[in-house]
Amino acid sequence: MKFTLSWLKAPLETDADVGAIAERLTAIGLEVESVADAGARLKDFVVAQVVSAEKHPNADKLKLCQVDDGGGAPIQVVCGAPNAHAGMKAVFARPGTVIPISGEALKVGTIRGVESRGMLCSARELLLGEDHDGIIELPADAKVGDKAANALGLTDPVIEINLTPNRGDCTAVYGVARDLAASGLGRLRAGDLSPVPGKFSSPIKTAVEPGTAPMFAGRLIRGIRNGPSPKWLQDWLKAVGLRPISALVDVTNFLSLDRGRPLHVFDAGKLRGDLCARFARDGETLLALDGRTYRLDPSMVVIADDVAARGIGGVMGGEDSSCTEATTEVFVESALFDPISIARTGRKLGIVSDARYRFERGVDPEFVLPGLELATKLILEFCGGEPSEVVVAGAAPDWKRTIEFDPHHVARLGGLDVPKGETISILRRLGFGVEDHTILKVSPPSWRSDVTGPADLVEEVVRIHGLDNVPSAPLARHSAVAKPTLTPGQRRTRAVRRALAARGFNETISYSFIPREHARLFGGGDDARQVENPIAADLDALRPSLLPSLLAAARRNAARGFGELMLFEIGAQFDSGMPGAQASVAAGIRVGDGARNWMKATHAADAYDAKADMLAAVETAMGAAMTAPVKAGAPAWYHPGRSGTLALGPRTLGVFGELHPQILSAFDLKGPIAAFEVILDAIPESKARAKARTAFASSPYQAIERDFAFVVDAKVTADEVLRAAKGADRALIEAATLFDVYEGKGVPEGRKSLAIAVRIQPRDRTLTEPEIEALAQKIVAAVAKATGAVLRT
Amino acid sequence: MSDIQTRESELLAGIQAAPDEAALEAIRVAALGKKGTISELLKTLGAMSPEERKANGPLFNGLRDTVTAAIAARKAELGDAALNARLAGEKLDITLPPRPEPLGSIHPVSQVLDEITAIFADLGFAIAEGPDVEYDDYNFTRLNIPPDHPAREMHDTFYIARQQDGSRHILRTHTSPVQVRTMLGQKPPIRVIAPGRTYRVDNDATHTPMFHQLEALVIDETTHLGNLKWVVEEFCKAFFEIEDVTLRARPSFFPFTEPSVEWDMRCDRSVPGKIAFGTGKDWLELGGSGMVHPRVLEMCGIDPTRYQGFAFGFGLDRMAMLKYGAPDLRPFFESDIRWLRHYGFAALDLPTLDGGLSR
Repeated sequence: MKFTLSWLKAPLETDADVGAIAERLTAIGLEVESVADAGARLKDFVVAQVVSAEKHPNADKLKLCQVDDGGGAPIQVVCGAPNAHAGMKAVFARPGTVIPISGEALKVGTIRGVESRGMLCSARELLLGEDHDGIIELPADAKVGDKAANALGLTDPVIEINLTPNRGDCTAVYGVARDLAASGLGRLRAGDLSPVPGKFSSPIKTAVEPGTAPMFAGRLIRGIRNGPSPKWLQDWLKAVGLRPISALVDVTNFLSLDRGRPLHVFDAGKLRGDLCARFARDGETLLALDGRTYRLDPSMVVIADDVAARGIGGVMGGEDSSCTEATTEVFVESALFDPISIARTGRKLGIVSDARYRFERGVDPEFVLPGLELATKLILEFCGGEPSEVVVAGAAPDWKRTIEFDPHHVARLGGLDVPKGETISILRRLGFGVEDHTILKVSPPSWRSDVTGPADLVEEVVRIHGLDNVPSAPLARHSAVAKPTLTPGQRRTRAVRRALAARGFNETISYSFIPREHARLFGGGDDARQVENPIAADLDALRPSLLPSLLAAARRNAARGFGELMLFEIGAQFDSGMPGAQASVAAGIRVGDGARNWMKATHAADAYDAKADMLAAVETAMGAAMTAPVKAGAPAWYHPGRSGTLALGPRTLGVFGELHPQILSAFDLKGPIAAFEVILDAIPESKARAKARTAFASSPYQAIERDFAFVVDAKVTADEVLRAAKGADRALIEAATLFDVYEGKGVPEGRKSLAIAVRIQPRDRTLTEPEIEALAQKIVAAVAKATGAVLRT
Repeated sequence: MSDIQTRESELLAGIQAAPDEAALEAIRVAALGKKGTISELLKTLGAMSPEERKANGPLFNGLRDTVTAAIAARKAELGDAALNARLAGEKLDITLPPRPEPLGSIHPVSQVLDEITAIFADLGFAIAEGPDVEYDDYNFTRLNIPPDHPAREMHDTFYIARQQDGSRHILRTHTSPVQVRTMLGQKPPIRVIAPGRTYRVDNDATHTPMFHQLEALVIDETTHLGNLKWVVEEFCKAFFEIEDVTLRARPSFFPFTEPSVEWDMRCDRSVPGKIAFGTGKDWLELGGSGMVHPRVLEMCGIDPTRYQGFAFGFGLDRMAMLKYGAPDLRPFFESDIRWLRHYGFAALDLPTLDGGLSR
């Protein structure tokens, strides 16, 4: 919403300057977006007359001018503009004036050996336009020595406010003035809204079909002459970015902006019969004022005559019945439309208009007729003519209501002690009716459809009294020492995040939507997970896994020369497009072959790295060691032979492995890449346990470590061997660990050697050598039985 | 007498001159070995008279002790020299890099969330969470934004395709639906913050289609606008780690709060590209807030005649940008490893109130 200072001061009598007004507007909730005050920016520039313009003695393209700036003696100025000529009025900058385009103060200069004591300015130098072909030529009647801003017509600052959608009443300059006046900044002038008596009965009648528009009023004005509107109106419209068109059109624009009352003026000569607000017929089309043809449907309201739709009600008029220079007879429409219907129609047709903007925010239902009268007056004033009587169909809906309001509610909700008398005064200044009882009976004015309850009234009182007056008041503490507030899941997520960073991963955050073709590679990309209106064609699918995001990131980093990296993200993966069908996942990738290291201490990222990462994340989340076995195999995006899954029963906690070569090539990445995904939501919550640990029990008896090398079939897993060894005597065997895997010379083809260390911890006495030997035999037998292993000799 | 002294000085000179351990050993054997000169000398004591023995015993034994000590000393000396000579040959180029250890980092948004969580936890706020894909009802309708309300156009909403059951959902445009879920699931008093990813159809220099919001919600029987102001003030002091905060309140409009307030904090932008908090002549927009609208309370199953409270929200990413001087939003989600390392935080830098939120 834009207006100029002088426009605002038409209905608002005030001495406040633009700065004070802007500050107050923001303070009462009409946030000032900008104040464009070209006049203030150009305050040091003056109107000067070029007395003479001779050729510069030392330069062909320069001129030596004598300039009169009203200060007495002529001033010598060197000027390069081709249009500089004797007698012209121009914008002059004296030395010391800050030139807007450079931001620097002008100095007395010497140009080609001749002193120059000022500058004649172009539009571009003043940031008034792009024109730099010559200097600005002011009208001949500009007064020498006057401020250039006056001659340029730039004295009227333009204020733009950022209007919140509840304040339909302030889509009007008058409404803004009313709010300012209520806040104590000036006095409101109501203006003359008296009816203009009709001279004849309107030959065009209005009608409303049920459910279309509550009220449709209008009148005919004949014998008019449509021409340009007066300069003051053209200046205001231009200042807020509207093009003056003709007196008739400018009047409707003025009523819309000044009073928030959208109108439409038909060329009555182009109408056939009466006007009716009806629903559009299916497939009906209309060429609108914006030059586009719209296809309408029966949910939309049109204003139609006997022949065709002539306008989209409350949204935009039709081209065929619009006014031109030749128009001599007009029908002025002033109607009420349903805000929701207007919003829906506007959205469906993609029309943004001043009328739609106002109707969908709610116009003043009591201003249909006063607005029509005001428009009539202006049309008669600008175009002459003779008005008919007003015709009205329908009526304003009943908007009157009373709110029971306890004045203490201002303190209870607003935290601000306002005396009852002041509360009543503020509400009355805003146009509310107030009956003074213990509980006030407050009736909002017709233009405040947004005020419906006591909380709204608290807001009115607080914003006008001054929001900054609300004193801050401490929130009571629930407990002296703050209690922990994180849920177990939140603590877990935080711990996993920090654990992964501690392992060397860099955390990233990426979009939840990815290209559909990437989603398809990870089990997604179905219709149910598509974004209907993606921001870009390649951000159209909810991600079924975090890995595609990480791989795309790896690709971008590789393109910048960063081929070695460890990235992780904690975020949602989506199982469908239903709310709640998402899981919190920690996923990471290790990229790179580690070759460029002088010690050869690193290696290409492999499945065992990913396994360690996955286990670290799971164990951090659980706060305990994970004893469930890792099984071979993982989802299809992993290498089928170099991947694994950790599950508890049917619940998958984590998957890991080297990525499938086809995935790598789909992302144009060189492998290998080791990845893991941990489903944080699937990890069981640790059960509440006593804080105290179990007593520490250390055995006084010496532990014994025995090594065994087993030759097994190549298909036998290390896990099977270790579990069998441990199972040989659960009381005595504390641990079994694997320390070597060997295939090759000395071991038969198709078999491998696994070397394990078994730690035996006697509990109640030292073991004798025969007992140890017997246990060793038991271990060998157990492993042999479970896996077919033989002891390597 | 002089014979012993001469012998001693000869032996000591020999020990001192021994070039290596072998020569020293030869001297030791020659002097102290079974048949060594000093051993032989000691053997003569047995044949002496008590007087002679009394006179010579200390002399002979003294000679033996002196020589033994000298040999031990020389042996240590030779050992040190040999070790030094070996170490001199074991010199590394110590400027070579050590074994590579990757240095991980925490994303600034996560770090800032941990900071904010610490502050609000002290004020008694729990963290509430909700899904990214939301019901239109929770994101809009129960927040007093009915269908066709012009406020819906302030939210450029992403829609998800129609589901098999015919339902159609959205990506939440703010974290306020988490407030709805909290109120529906919990009786007052309520104190929660709801952080999380939010989505809007917006993509330019200062907007990304996904970003993070954080909202705070308090519902009880007495909390009013003054309490809201206090919480915003105390939060800003703690988060920006400054002593004084001056706030400016602007009346605003949100369908889900009444009255609605936007907060600005005093700051100083007089140095281009820099921002200082708590001082200066400029204002920094913090975020929107207000007293929860009675209709919202009602639609969320809370009696508005008994309960009231406030909600306020701000951009988490923006807080990170402001506090840690990251000028642009877009790189937050671009996974550029250089950016992540530059703006990231160490794994062990967990913000705490006792240790300070930031280093």
